[in-house]
Amino acid sequence: MRKSRWIEGLLLVGLIILGGWAYQTRQVNHSNMTITAVGSTALQPLVEAAGEDYSTQHLGTFINVQGGGSGTGLSQVQEGAVDIGNADVFAEEQNGINANRLKDHRVAVVGITPIVNRTAGVHRLTSAQLIGIFTGKVLNWSQVGGRNQKIVILNRAQGSGTRATFERYGLEGHRSLAAQEQDSSGMVRQIVATTPGAISYVGFSYVDKTVQAVSLNGVKPTNQNVTNNRWPIWSYEHMYTGQKPQPLATEFIHYIQSKKIQNTLVRRLGYISMADMKVARNGQGQIHKVVKGHE
Amino acid sequence: MNSKLQKQLLKRSKAAKIERLGKGVSFLALMLIVLTVFAIIIFVTSKGLSTFFSNHVNVIDFLTGKNWNPNVTNAKGQPEVGALPMITGSFVVTILSALLATPFAIGTAIFMTEISPQRGARILQPVTELLVGIPSVVYGFIGLTVVVPAVRAVFGGSGFGILSGTFVLFVMILPTVTSMSVDALHSVPRYYREAALALGATQWQTIYKVVLRAATPGMLTAIVFGMARAFGEALAVQMVIGNAALLPTSLVSPASTLTSVLTTGIGNTVMGSMQNNALWSLALVLLIMSLIFNLIIRLIGRRGAITK
Amino acid sequence: MNPKLSNRIAITTLYVIASLIVLILAALLGYIIISGLPALSWHFLTSPARAFTSGGGIGIQLFNSFYLLILTMLISFPIALGAGIFLNEYAKQNWVTSLVRTSIEILSSLPSVVVGLFGFLIFVVRFNFGFSILSGAFALTFFNLPLLTRSIEEALAAVPDEQREGGLALGLSKWETVTHIIVPAALPTILTGVILSAGRIFGEAAALIFTAGQSAPALDFGDWNPFNISSPLNPMRPAETLAVHIWKINSEGIMPDAKAISSGASAVLVISVLAFNLLARFIGRRLFKRFTAG
Repeated sequence: MRKSRWIEGLLLVGLIILGGWAYQTRQVNHSNMTITAVGSTALQPLVEAAGEDYSTQHLGTFINVQGGGSGTGLSQVQEGAVDIGNADVFAEEQNGINANRLKDHRVAVVGITPIVNRTAGVHRLTSAQLIGIFTGKVLNWSQVGGRNQKIVILNRAQGSGTRATFERYGLEGHRSLAAQEQDSSGMVRQIVATTPGAISYVGFSYVDKTVQAVSLNGVKPTNQNVTNNRWPIWSYEHMYTGQKPQPLATEFIHYIQSKKIQNTLVRRLGYISMADMKVARNGQGQIHKVVKGHE
Repeated sequence: MNSKLQKQLLKRSKAAKIERLGKGVSFLALMLIVLTVFAIIIFVTSKGLSTFFSNHVNVIDFLTGKNWNPNVTNAKGQPEVGALPMITGSFVVTILSALLATPFAIGTAIFMTEISPQRGARILQPVTELLVGIPSVVYGFIGLTVVVPAVRAVFGGSGFGILSGTFVLFVMILPTVTSMSVDALHSVPRYYREAALALGATQWQTIYKVVLRAATPGMLTAIVFGMARAFGEALAVQMVIGNAALLPTSLVSPASTLTSVLTTGIGNTVMGSMQNNALWSLALVLLIMSLIFNLIIRLIGRRGAITK
Repeated sequence: MNPKLSNRIAITTLYVIASLIVLILAALLGYIIISGLPALSWHFLTSPARAFTSGGGIGIQLFNSFYLLILTMLISFPIALGAGIFLNEYAKQNWVTSLVRTSIEILSSLPSVVVGLFGFLIFVVRFNFGFSILSGAFALTFFNLPLLTRSIEEALAAVPDEQREGGLALGLSKWETVTHIIVPAALPTILTGVILSAGRIFGEAAALIFTAGQSAPALDFGDWNPFNISSPLNPMRPAETLAVHIWKINSEGIMPDAKAISSGASAVLVISVLAFNLLARFIGRRLFKRFTAG
């Protein structure tokens, strides 16, 4: 009994000394150059990859990137708990956010396309048909030129940026009827790929050979068509900061908006670079041409 | 002289001091848990009630409404937050999976403790413990790639629905219920069995009439915990139940549960907004419903228990 | 029906049920391990993940999972043990105790995302721990305590009262009886509870997304100073665990080999739980022998 007490005491003292020594020899420069970006899971890979690049170039900085959803990102940046809120929606569109207190930085554009299960036999739809499907007026693929198969609608979760964009520009403001919901692009693609008759919508970068992307009114869902707004279903990826952001946050966002990242990472991750856009859109959905050399 | 002796005799012994210390420390640990539990309960309650107090949603409308569209206001100028589809979905899927899992779990537990303890310890126990470690996401994916197509092929529909949810939850709660039932059976004293066998009862009669009766409260707790897990499970169920805020019309029509709607929505809403509060109200409903479950099971348990 | 026949039927049914369970479980485990096996390699287990190109591994996530598990257990086991002892040995059987038990039980039915959000608001935002292993460990402690306390209490209750009487008859105080006789005797059952909850911690994702975070910054495995941000031991760094990683690549992953990584990671997860299980059993047997002088 007595002996083991001794050993315990020695161990404790040893641990304290070790801890103190570790504290003394820590790398001090790392501790205070940290910013945190939280929000959209869709935007997370881009910011994360850019953050790693940035940290290797600017030693001693650390960009902490987390998901959690656009709503979380916006509400946390509004409360000042984080430096940057990533969102796939305009802050004006989000309930409970005072957009005047936030500063919008657009970093990329993402195109969204309807996808259908390959067995449905449909490659093209008109806007009227698409609206008919999602409002429950069209129930079978044979009504729009496909096989005799029941239509299974799959939505993104309520409040998701992708769904808001799709209903606004794809369904021309109509609301989709209550149907199955999933909250991530990967799940949506997986379910559409395996469920006969399923239809949903995802960002361009999630389209692969397991699902069929649909052209709308004869326009194919390509990056090219998004840049001149011939393909109308697209949205910005935003990085919001407070009105007076930390210098590091501003600098990092400028880094993402720089030619270097826009031409490499943004493209490789399947986004459309801001530099390619020939049109711009504001929070009210109005489109105007971008004058070259500006923005 | 006398007072010195008195002092010595009245002084607490070392053991008594340790006793007090030990009791105090363990009490503190329990209080810590109780505090956190109450903190979470108060947190959820206050958030959940704000839908009704600050957003002025009618409680009855909330519980009986069939439309869940927090972004849309209805004719009365109130947001459409009808939670009935989710409440029904959660309730049905939990009850069904518990009904399905209970006989299997208790049967396995009896097998492991009464019939073949060796095989039980060597094969069944490690396997059940392993199952607990499989993440929900993986269960969901197996559900999506195996259960949903199977349900679609056998029962029709799109395959997404309560039935698929039940099958996935059945496997998920099985280890919890089984291992806790095993503990309950282990805590039945040996001499109960010996006495029954000595009276000439067969093995089954001993199990059925004595051991099971004695273990009833413990096994009910096991089922409650299983149901609680089924109730609170989100990721896996959400993948296979279809997650549509519709009243289920059959076991194979898409439905949703309280947790699945809560989990999918929470990241897309802003803290403090009505949409967010409505989701917390769902969590509150969940809390209240599991409280009710708990009370019912306790009542049954009290009736079935052998009093010591 | 005569008792002998019904006995025969009942026992056979039990055999069928038990083998059915084994079959289901074996099929499930087989499915996970076989579909994950092709992805496994030394490279996969040790290299960091990649965001959008193929060839990424799970090294950091694997380490994070274990580290988080150990931290969580360090925090939650003593609390659960203390609470379990008090509930079983000291608490009077009255309505207060019953209220405490009920509230612990209903806590375990809360979806883990609620626990995660609670942890986020308290630890990440209020206490300013940030997205860190420490926040994650506290959130998981909340999530873990109900089940662990309950199983420890059950384990203690299963120890026959003769053991307590024996201890008291030897002149030991109640506390000494509990620590020297009851807890060692209940150790194997307690261990089962610990393993079960360890499995749940290992597989938990929803509670961690908002607390420990879902990014895994590069670690420097040559630097074991816990105060450095790139040190594996730093409890204040964000740490994506294996289960969170599986969830993440399934939901938004855009690397071409996402599916292979996800099944490989699932297999690793199951194998880790298996290894942990075996290790805990081995240690448990050794401890049991030491405590019981058997």
